[in-house]
Amino acid sequence: MIDERLLKSEEKAIFSLRSLYKKYGYLPYKMSKFEEYEIYIRNKDFLVSDRIITFNDTNGKLMALKPDVTLSIIKNGEDIPGYKQKLYYNENVYRVSDSTHNYKEIMQAGLECIGDVDLYDVYEAAYLAAKSLSLISDSFVLEISHVGILSEVLDEICSDEAFKKKAIGFISEKNAHDLAALCREYGIDGENTDILTSFITVYGDRDKVLENLKSICSSCKGDNAKSALIEFKELSEMLKKSSMSDRIIYDFSVVNDMNYYNGIVFKGFVDGICEGILAGGRYDKLVQKMGRKSGAVGFALYLDLLEQLNASKPDCDVDVLLIYDEQDGKARVAEKVNKIIADGKTVSAQKKEPPRLRYKELVRMDSGEEKI
Amino acid sequence: MLNVALPKGRLGEKVYAMFEAAGYECPSIKENNRKLIFENAEKGVRYFWVKPSDVSIYVERGAADIGVAGKDILLEYSPDVYELLDLNLGKCRMAVAAPKNFYDDGDRTLRVATKFCSIASDYYAGLGRDIDIIKLNGSIEIAPILGLSDVIVDIVETGTTLKENDLEVVSVILPISARLIANKSSFKFNSESIEKIMRSIKEQVDKK
Repeated sequence: MIDERLLKSEEKAIFSLRSLYKKYGYLPYKMSKFEEYEIYIRNKDFLVSDRIITFNDTNGKLMALKPDVTLSIIKNGEDIPGYKQKLYYNENVYRVSDSTHNYKEIMQAGLECIGDVDLYDVYEAAYLAAKSLSLISDSFVLEISHVGILSEVLDEICSDEAFKKKAIGFISEKNAHDLAALCREYGIDGENTDILTSFITVYGDRDKVLENLKSICSSCKGDNAKSALIEFKELSEMLKKSSMSDRIIYDFSVVNDMNYYNGIVFKGFVDGICEGILAGGRYDKLVQKMGRKSGAVGFALYLDLLEQLNASKPDCDVDVLLIYDEQDGKARVAEKVNKIIADGKTVSAQKKEPPRLRYKELVRMDSGEEKI
Repeated sequence: MLNVALPKGRLGEKVYAMFEAAGYECPSIKENNRKLIFENAEKGVRYFWVKPSDVSIYVERGAADIGVAGKDILLEYSPDVYELLDLNLGKCRMAVAAPKNFYDDGDRTLRVATKFCSIASDYYAGLGRDIDIIKLNGSIEIAPILGLSDVIVDIVETGTTLKENDLEVVSVILPISARLIANKSSFKFNSESIEKIMRSIKEQVDKK
C-alpha cells in the first residue's frame, strides 16, 4: 500500500493522470532518452529552442538528449483512414531554461492523438487537458483559442513576415500599445488596428468572445477564418456542457507557437504556479512536415513545475530517534524498530544523535526509555 | 493579496502615486524608514521596492503579481510576462552614442560597449554589421574616451552626461518608457483586481 502523504505533488499527478488517460483508451508510450540529432535539424522550426545536448554514440553517430517528445512519437506510425493512434507518455526532456540560460531537465507528461483526427478528438484532448489540471488543483484555468483565425486576419491585413512575427509577439504579451505603434509604422489603418487589438482585449466569457470573432470573420475575404470560427464555436458548445466550464476561458491572445500549431490551441494555469503548466493544441503542420498525411492534437504538462505547490514542509524528519549502543543486542534493536513502526510511527535507528535530524521523540535503548 | 513590485527611486514614487490614485493606497510606504515591504491588508495590496532591473524577475517568477519595469529591461531580458500598459513615465531613448566626429567606415569590427548586450546585438544584426560586444555594468560613457570601444549603446535621457563626456547620439534605436507588467498566471487568478488597477491607471495616463 502506498502512503499518499509521502507522495510529492508531481508523483501523485503521474499516478492520477495515467489512470485518467487509460480510461479514454490512450496507450502508454515509453521511449529512449536519446534520438538521432538529424531529426531535430530537419525540424528546427518546430522546436522550442535549437540548443540541444548532443554526443556521439559508440558508432560515431551524432545523438541528442531529447528536447521534445512529440517528434519522436510522430516519426513512427502509419496513416490509415479512420484510424487514430492515441498515446500518453511521461518522459524527461532537456531544454535550455529561458531564465538561467542553462540546460534543464523537464519532467513532461502528455498525450497525443495522431491520425484521422476530427473535432471529437480535439474536444477529447481539450477536455482531458482541463481534467488533468483539475486533478492537480481545484483552482485552475484552461484557456482556449484558435490560431487559424488570427493567422488569416494577419495574412489579409499585412503580408510582411516581420510585421506578422512582431504582431503575434505583442498579442501574446497583451501589449496593445506597442501593437498600435507597430500598425502605425506599417501604415495599417485604424479599423484593422482595432481588429488586431481586439484579439488582446476581448477574452473570458464565451459569448462575448464569439460575438467579437463573428464580426472579425465577417470582414475576412477568405473562408479559412469562417471555418475556424465554426470549429471553435462547436468545440466551445461541447465544452460548455462539462462540469469544468467555469474554469475554461476563451482568450485569443493565446497563440502558443504558431510554427507548430495550426488550429485550436490551449494553455493551462494552476493557482500558485507562476507560469503555464500545460500547453497544447492541433499541430497538423508538424505531422505533415514529417511526411505523414495525418492530423494531430495533443498537449504536454510540465510536471516539474508542481514542485512549487509543495509549499508546506514537514516540521520533523522522523517521529522517533532510536539511540542504541554497541552493547545492545541487534535483535533487540530490530524488535524495537519494528514495534515503533507497527505503532504507525517513523523511526531512525542511530548510534549517535545525527547533527541535523529533526525528530519528535528520543528513545534510548541503553538506559531504558527516555522521552523528550 | 495583490503583490506589486515597484522600482526603487523617483520613478517608483511616481508610479506609487498612480496606484494610490487608483484606490490602492498604503500610507505606511511614505514613512521615512528602510523598510522594503509595505502592506495594506484592508485594500488587499502589498508593495515592495526592488532594484528597477529586478522588477521583471519578481513578476516573471510570480513573487509579484504585477510591477513596473522599463521597456529597456523588458527588451533586454525578454521575460515571459504580460505588458499591459505604457505608463508614459521615465521616458528616454535607447541610443548609439560615439565621440563627436566619429565615422564608422564599416571597414572593421565595430566595438560596442553596453549594459544592454541583447538589444545592441539585435540592433546591429538587423543592420548586418559585425560587432564586438563589450559588456560593462556602469560608466559606459568613458569606454570610447579610453579607447575601450568605438561606440556605446545606452539609455539617453537629457543627453547631459553624453555632452559632458564629448559624446553625441549617432542613432536612436528605440524610445523607452515604463510599462505595467503582470505575471501571466497571476493575471488569470486575479484578473478582476488587475484589470481594475489597469483601467484606473490608463485613465490617469490618458489625462496627462
